This record gives sequence, C-alpha cells and structure tokens, in this order.
Amino acid sequence: MKRIFPVLGVLTAFLLSYGLYQALVVAPTEQTMGNVQRIFYYHVPSAWTAFLLFAVNFVGSIVYLASRNQKADILALVGAEVGLVFLTVNLVTGPIWARPVWGIWWTWDWRLTSTLIVWLIYVSYLMLRRFAAGGQTAVLAAALGIFGALCVPFVYFSIWYFRTQHPQPVMGGGGSLDPHMLHALLINWLAFLCFAFMVCWSRYRLEVVQRRVEEAIALQSLENVGSNR
Amino acid sequence: MKSESYLYLAYVATWVIHIAYLSTLVRRYGRLKREIAELERSKR
Repeated sequence: MKRIFPVLGVLTAFLLSYGLYQALVVAPTEQTMGNVQRIFYYHVPSAWTAFLLFAVNFVGSIVYLASRNQKADILALVGAEVGLVFLTVNLVTGPIWARPVWGIWWTWDWRLTSTLIVWLIYVSYLMLRRFAAGGQTAVLAAALGIFGALCVPFVYFSIWYFRTQHPQPVMGGGGSLDPHMLHALLINWLAFLCFAFMVCWSRYRLEVVQRRVEEAIALQSLENVGSNR
Repeated sequence: MKSESYLYLAYVATWVIHIAYLSTLVRRYGRLKREIAELERSKR
C-alpha cells in the first residue's frame, strides 16, 4: 500500500483538477439557473460518497457485532467519520445553491430535513465514540451506526415519495442529463471516491497505531503498579 | 450577491471543510508521534 499511495495521490490530484475543469469550463451552462447550477458537480458526488461511506460503516458495524473484530470496528469508525465530512459538504453546498435559486437558504422539506437528521445521527455516533467510557462503547456505536445507515435509504427515496422543494433525482428518476453534464458529474464522483479512499486509509492507519499505543500505555501502567508493590 | 459568487463560495466551502478535517488528522498524527516517543523514552 505504501507504494500505491503516492501513485493514487497523483491520480486523485489529476482527477480533482480534471473534474474541476469539467465542472467549471466544459459542462454546458444550465438554461434556467445559469452558472450557479455548477454547484451540482460537488453537491451530488459529496452526497453519494457520504452514503457509500455510511454503507461501509453499516457493514463494519454488523461484522463487529457478530464477531467483535477490531478491524471491522475501525472500518466502521472511519466510514462514519469521513462520511460525515462529505455529508457536511453536501449540507453546506445545498443552501448556498438554494439561496439564489429558491430565494431561501433552507426549508424544512423531507429531503433536507432527513439529511440533517442523518448528519445528526453520525455526529452523535462520533460523540459517543469520543466521550463514552466503558467496554460497551463500540457495541453501542455499532448499533447506532446500523440505525443511521438504515435512515440513508429514506433520505435517498424521500424525493420520490413526498412532494419536496428539492428537485427529483437526475439519474434513475426519469429525468435526463446532458452527456457533458453527466461526464462532469461522474468524473467528480470518481475523484471524490479516490480522495475519500486516501483519507480513509490514512485515518484507518492512524486508528490502528493509536489503539496499539493505548494498549502499550495501559500495559506499562500495569507493569509500573506491579513493580511498585 | 451575483450567481457566480455563490458558485465560488460553494467550491471554496467544500475545500475549506476537507482541509479542516485533514488538518485534524495531521494534528492527531503529531500527537501520536509524541506519545510513541514518550513511551519509548519511558521504556529505556
């Protein structure tokens, strides 16, 4: 992995630059909204990446509950943390896009509200992991992670089943997207996926080493107590 | 505010959020390095 990492870094940098070029220069200007519609190329891939990472958290949580596997627990933690960053991007870029188009920053419709609820669930997940003491923290976090991930399909399908201010999905919802727009969207998503993978890998390594250090410190404290007696 | 301003604001906000998160990772790496060094010192 150490050898692949720099190559992946260069590839990610290239894809992010190419994605930016596609989004700002190549993709045609949308007729109704104008240039502000280009927020779409960051807003949507951020949401997709976040949902994918919450799926990682979901799988990791289930595996951890079934087997108490530490690697699965770390994977769940990383999925939730990095996913939350991408969902934050989605929640910040949404209102910035909404203001010039809808005339308001925020509205309590199904899509926006359910996204905010999922965001709050993962914030509480990370707060639980950060501040709870005791041996059951990982188990409780896994249960909360599963609950959070089960809310994600509700966010995705909310615009299908409820009347919302938020537009219908551009893919799989009966709408059509200009091929250049679709290309820009998919390139940016690929770039975000590569970037997310790199961040997740770094965070995973950090957590593995952190836990080893904590174990070593605990062991050393026990040795010190033993030698003092 | 012009339409383009919102566009640039959204793109800048995206990278500010990512960079802020990456900087927390760098800080955590630094703290971990110090902890490892301290642990090695105390073992000697």
